[in-house]
Amino acid sequence: MFNNYEELSDMQIDVLREIGNIGAGNAATALATILDEKVDMNVPSVRITGFDEAVQALGGAETMTVAVLVNFSGDGNGMIMFLLNIKDAKSIMDILVGEDDSEEELSEMKISGIKEIGNILSSSYVNAISALTGLNIQVSVPYIAIDMVGALMSVPIIEFGAIGDKLMFIEENFKGETNDLKSNMIMFAEINTLKIIMQKLGLEI
Amino acid sequence: MSQLIVVGISDYKFTKGPEVIVTYALGSCVGVCLYDRVTKIGGLSHVMLPDSTNFSAKDINRKKFADTALVDLVQELKNAGVRNNRIVAKIAGGAQMFAVQPGSKLGAIGERNIDCVKKALSHLRIPILAEDTGLNFGRTQYFDLETGIMKIQSLNRRIEEF
Repeated sequence: MFNNYEELSDMQIDVLREIGNIGAGNAATALATILDEKVDMNVPSVRITGFDEAVQALGGAETMTVAVLVNFSGDGNGMIMFLLNIKDAKSIMDILVGEDDSEEELSEMKISGIKEIGNILSSSYVNAISALTGLNIQVSVPYIAIDMVGALMSVPIIEFGAIGDKLMFIEENFKGETNDLKSNMIMFAEINTLKIIMQKLGLEI
Repeated sequence: MSQLIVVGISDYKFTKGPEVIVTYALGSCVGVCLYDRVTKIGGLSHVMLPDSTNFSAKDINRKKFADTALVDLVQELKNAGVRNNRIVAKIAGGAQMFAVQPGSKLGAIGERNIDCVKKALSHLRIPILAEDTGLNFGRTQYFDLETGIMKIQSLNRRIEEF
């Protein structure tokens, strides 16, 4: 029985990695459809780290990052963040709208495009987990922010870091094959949600 | 500038001028600078959550919560030779990073952190000399113990001194 993220066993971590694989696999398929190109993904990482290390793992506290955040709730509670740098966010939107403006900043239109992509990917991720576990999970509308990754990460850190000094997230990196566009999806879930998922899959907790 | 002393999330550090303490990329967390201009001893606390009272004592990291971290940091400063009635505060952070619907607890956490930091400082009878709080952007907070100046760096704003 685990009561915080540090107490997850190796086998339970393997299960989480597989859940991440299924969720992110579905999201990668959606991304490939949107971009109309092949999207590579690796085996997801299940990270159980201190708060500062979590921020470090995502590029360092002050790295400017675009983040789309979606909450999920219902039988399971958690959060998904879709992260990418400004340059790749711009490139993705340039591909989609078929233009290459040389502006440094992301226009409002491009920001809302990225928000919608984050929404589609997060929903794909959650739908795959719902289908696998039979859990009834709803996703919120997407929220977007562009800021230092440390400041953006304060939101899930506060939400999931109250007990203990470690955070758990499942991380998946996507890479578009032709344009080398990189993006990152991370999923956080409450301890209780992890227990419910394990139980639904018939595992000892 | 002397070497920077870095404070992580839910941690605090204290030292003496001419050192500079920094905490990077405060979002909804609140950075609290405490300072005594006479001895130039001061500290910076990166408060992550408002209130420890809903958690059992064995589970909590006291440096994480406004109600425990500031009491402990003040005690450390006193042990280092600061008189309580000389300590002053400057605070920053407590932003709402994502424009979530009004009323959701996710949106309100920055504000709650600010409120609880202010409450804790008021209990400790520590005046707040300056604040750069709220709004919707991240802040890196430098605290120069030589001068007592708090410097705030953000992505879309020039550096401001408090």
